[in-house]
Amino acid sequence: DGVTAFPDAEKANMPVFTMDYPRIQIPFEITMWVLLASFAKIGFHVYKKITVWVPESCLLITIGLIVGGIMHSVHEEPPAVLTSNVFFLYMLPPIVLDSGYFMPTRPFFENIGTVLWFAVVGTLWNSIGIGMSLFAICQIEAFGVQDINLQENLLFATIISAVDPVAVLSVFEDVSVNEQLYIVVFGECLFNDAVTVVLYNMFNFVAEMPVVEPVDVFLGVARFFVVGLGGMGFGILFGFTAAFTTRFTSKVREIEPLFIFMYSYLAYLVAELFAISSIMAIVTCALTMKYYVEENVSQRSCTTIRHVVKMLGCISETLIFFFLGVVTITTAHEWNWGYILFTLLFAFVWRGLGVLVLTQIINPFRTIPFNMKDQFGLAYGGLRGAISFALVFTLPDSIGRKQLFITATIAVILFTVFLQGISIRPLIEFINVRRTNRNLDTINVEVHCRLMEHTMAGIEDLCGQWSHFYWKDKFMKFNNRILRKILIRDNRAESSIVALYKKLELQNAMEILDTVSGDISAAPSIESLYEDKKSSKPKKKFLAPDLKNMHDILSKNMYKIRQRTVAYTNKHALPNESQSREILIRRHASIRRSLRPGSFQSSVSGQRSHCGRYRLEVLHDQETMSETAYPSRRSRFGQPSRSSSRAMMPLRRLDTLTEVHSVDMVDESSGSGGGTSRTNAGDPHTPVPTKVSRPMTPETGIAKRKRRSGLRPHLLQAGPWNPETTQHGTLCSGGLSGTRRCESVPGLFERTLQGLYNTTTCSYHPKTR
Amino acid sequence: MEALHYLCTHKIVTIDSSSLFSVSFEQIGILHNRFKQLSHNEETLLRENFSKIPDLECNPIRSQIIEAFFDRRNFRQNGEGTVEEIGFEEFLVTMSHFRPPTLNMSEHQREGVRRDKLRFLFNMHDTDNDGTITLEEYRHVVEELLSLSEAMEKDTAKSIADAAMLEVASISMGHMEPDEFYEGITFEHFLKLLNGFEIESRMYVRFLNMDTTTLCK
Repeated sequence: DGVTAFPDAEKANMPVFTMDYPRIQIPFEITMWVLLASFAKIGFHVYKKITVWVPESCLLITIGLIVGGIMHSVHEEPPAVLTSNVFFLYMLPPIVLDSGYFMPTRPFFENIGTVLWFAVVGTLWNSIGIGMSLFAICQIEAFGVQDINLQENLLFATIISAVDPVAVLSVFEDVSVNEQLYIVVFGECLFNDAVTVVLYNMFNFVAEMPVVEPVDVFLGVARFFVVGLGGMGFGILFGFTAAFTTRFTSKVREIEPLFIFMYSYLAYLVAELFAISSIMAIVTCALTMKYYVEENVSQRSCTTIRHVVKMLGCISETLIFFFLGVVTITTAHEWNWGYILFTLLFAFVWRGLGVLVLTQIINPFRTIPFNMKDQFGLAYGGLRGAISFALVFTLPDSIGRKQLFITATIAVILFTVFLQGISIRPLIEFINVRRTNRNLDTINVEVHCRLMEHTMAGIEDLCGQWSHFYWKDKFMKFNNRILRKILIRDNRAESSIVALYKKLELQNAMEILDTVSGDISAAPSIESLYEDKKSSKPKKKFLAPDLKNMHDILSKNMYKIRQRTVAYTNKHALPNESQSREILIRRHASIRRSLRPGSFQSSVSGQRSHCGRYRLEVLHDQETMSETAYPSRRSRFGQPSRSSSRAMMPLRRLDTLTEVHSVDMVDESSGSGGGTSRTNAGDPHTPVPTKVSRPMTPETGIAKRKRRSGLRPHLLQAGPWNPETTQHGTLCSGGLSGTRRCESVPGLFERTLQGLYNTTTCSYHPKTR
Repeated sequence: MEALHYLCTHKIVTIDSSSLFSVSFEQIGILHNRFKQLSHNEETLLRENFSKIPDLECNPIRSQIIEAFFDRRNFRQNGEGTVEEIGFEEFLVTMSHFRPPTLNMSEHQREGVRRDKLRFLFNMHDTDNDGTITLEEYRHVVEELLSLSEAMEKDTAKSIADAAMLEVASISMGHMEPDEFYEGITFEHFLKLLNGFEIESRMYVRFLNMDTTTLCK
C-alpha cells in the first residue's frame, strides 16, 4: 500500500463543496422561467417601436416558440409544471383578479345588460353554430374526419368560442377605443366563463353517453343558472366578508392586503369545488370588495394591494403566453388541413354573424347604440387565448381525436392572436372607431355628473317615470344607510365628489413624498422633467419681480407636467397617476395665491422661538386662514401677484431651506410659516449643508426634488425634531413612514392632509411604521 | 286622447321634427296626466305643487330642479327671469330637454342635442342670469350636492369648488397672466370643460309603458 494521492473511499472527509439539485429543482425551475419571461418583457421595451405595432402577447408567444424550439432540439421535455391543474388553479386567478379589481364599475353597471347578453347568448350562438357547421364538414369524406360525432364537435366548438380576457385586453388597452365598446368586450370576456363552463361540462358528460335525452338539455339550462348565479353569489358573499373583516384590521395594518388576496382566492377555490363559474366568483368578489375595502384600509395597504394585484396579473399573463409558445413546439400534433382551416373560417364567420345579429336585437335597448364600426371592433376583437388552450388539455382521453383538437385550438389561438392582434390597431384607426377621452377623472366632470344624476333622479320622481337613475338612487340610499354602516369602520356617508377629491389629493401627496425619498419608479415624468430642466439657468437672486416670472414659469410648467404625465400611462401602470398630480399642483398654486400673508405674518413673527408650539400655531392659523383667504380670493380670483410681493419677506429667509422638498410651490407660501420655523429651529441643531444654493426657483424647483433626496437621512437623524414630531404626528395624519416623514412635510401640506383626514379614518399612527 | 285634444284646442305646440323636439304623442299624454295630477286639475302649476312630491324631498338639488321649471330661459323663447306659474306647454318644453336620443342622429344634430342639455345644466348653475357661473354660484351648487353627506366640513366644499374653478381656468384660458382675472365660467368654457362627457346619451328620461300616475303621489 503505497501512499495514495486521494483518501480512501471509506475515509470520507468533510466535503467542502456539494451540490444537491433535485432538492431545489421545482422552485428553482419556476423562478428561472419567471425570470426568463420577465427578461423577455424588459427586452421588448428596449426597442420601442415593436411594442407599438405588435402586442406583447405576440412577442411573448414568439419567444416561447423559440425557447420551445431550443428545448425540442436538445430533446428536453417542457416543465411538467404546465398541466391544466396548474393553469386553472395558479395561473388564471391572478389575471382574473387583476381584470376584476381594475374594472371601471360605473360604465360596467350601466352596460351590464349588454354585457350579459353578449356573454351568454353570444357564446351559446358561437358554440352551437361552430359545432353544427363543423359537424356538417365532418360528413364530407375528403377530410377524413368522419369519426368525430356531434357531441365531440360541440365540445370542441365550446372550447374555441371562449373569448379570452388575457389576449383581448392586452390588445384593446393600447388602442383605447370608446368606453362602451371596451366595457362590453371586457365584460363579455369575463362573464362568458359561466356559459363555457356549463357547456363544456354538459357536452363532456354527453359525449360519453350514447344517448341524449331531452331531460338532459333541460338540466343543462338549470345547471347554467346554478353556475352563473352561484358564482356571483359566492363572489358577493366573500366580497362582503372581506369588507367586514377589514373593518377590524386597524391594528394589524401589515397584513391587511393579505385579506384581500386570501378572500378572493378562497372565492375562486370554493367555486371550483362546486364546479360553478370560478371566474365569475372572483370577479364579483373583487367588484364588491373593492369599494368598501379601499375605505377601510390604510393608504399604504391600498397602494400595496393595487401594486401586488397588478404584479401578479402581469406575471401570470407573461408566463401563460410564454408557455403557450413553448408547448406549441413540444407537443405531438396531428394536422388536418380541412378541419383546421374550416375551424378558422367558422370561428371568424360565426363571431361576425353573432355580433351582427345580437347587436340588432339589443340596440333599441341601449342608450348609445352600436354603429357598424363598433360592431366591427366587437367582432374583430374576439381573440382566443389561453383559456381555450387549457381547456383543450383537460379533454378526457377517451375522445379519439384529442390531438387534432389540440392542434386546431393552438392554430386558432395563434391565428387570432397574431393576425387579429397585430392588425386590429391599424384597422381601428383606419375605420375611425369612436375613441374615448380617458382622462375624465377631473373634479368638474365628477361634479357635473353627480349634478346630472340628481337632476335626472328628481325629474324622474317628478314625472313618475322611474328608470335606472331611480334604482341607482335607491341603491345608493340603501348603501349609505345600511351597508356602509356595517362594512366600513368610519361610516359617515360620503359623496363621491368628496371621495374623488380626497383620493386624488391623497394619491398625489403620497406620490410627491415618494418621489423625494428617491423612489424613482413612481414618477418617471419627474425624471424626464428634470432632464429637461438641466439646461435652464438657475436664478441668482430672489426679488419681487422675479416672483412674477416665477408664476409665469410655474403655470407653464403645469402644462408641461400634464403633457408629460399623460404619455406615460398605459395598461401596465396603475390608474390615476397623472391627473392627480395635475390637480394637486394646481390646487397648491391656488392655495399659495390665496394665502394672504397679512394676518398670517403677524402670527408668524410672534412665535418664532418655540418651534413645537409654533407649529401648532401655524396650523391653527392656516385653518382659520381659509375663512379669510377665500372670500378675498373670490374677488381676486386668479390674481397671484398681489400676494407674492408681500410673501417676499418671509421667503427671503428660505435661503437655506434645503430640507424642505415636496412641492416647492407649496413651500413658497407655507414657507413663511412652517418653513421658516424649520430653518430657525434647524440651524442651531443641524448644520444644514448648502448643497443646494438655489432654493426657490421653480424651474429647478422640481428638479431639486431629486437632488435633495440625499438630504433626507440627514433630516431624520436630527434629534431635536422629536418633540415637534410627536405633536406633529398627531396632527399630520399623513404619516407615511411614521413621524419621520411628517416633519418634512411643509405646513400647508399638513393642513391639506389634515383637513382631508379629519373626515376619513385616521389610518396612521405616529408610533407604527 | 285628452292630451291631443288639449293641444289641439290650445294650438300650442308645434312639433318640429327636424329640430330637437321628438317626443311622441304617448309620452305627451303621460306627461299631461302627470301634470293634471300635480296641479290637481288646475290649468297651471305653482311651486308649491312641486314641493309636495315626497320623493323629491331627499334630492339635494331639489330647489334648483324646481326653479328650472319656472325659469324662462328654459322655455326656448329667449326669455329671461322667472315666472310664478307654468302651464302645460311650458312644462312640456322644459321636459323636452330630457328626451332620449334617436337612433340615427347626424353629428350636427347630436351636437345640438348636447348643447341643449348642457344649456339646461348651465342655467341651473347660473342663478343670477348673467351668463357666467361665478365662484360663489359654483360653490353653492357644490355645497348643495354635498349636503347629503353628514359631517361635511365647510372647507371641503369650498376647496372642491375652488379646485374645480382652477381646472376650468386652466382648460379654457390656457396660460393666464398674473394680473388676469377669471370672471367665471361662460357657456363656451362650460362646453369645452365637459367635452368628453357624453351627456346626450345619459341625460334622458326613459318612459315606461304603463301609466304610473296611480303609483306616484
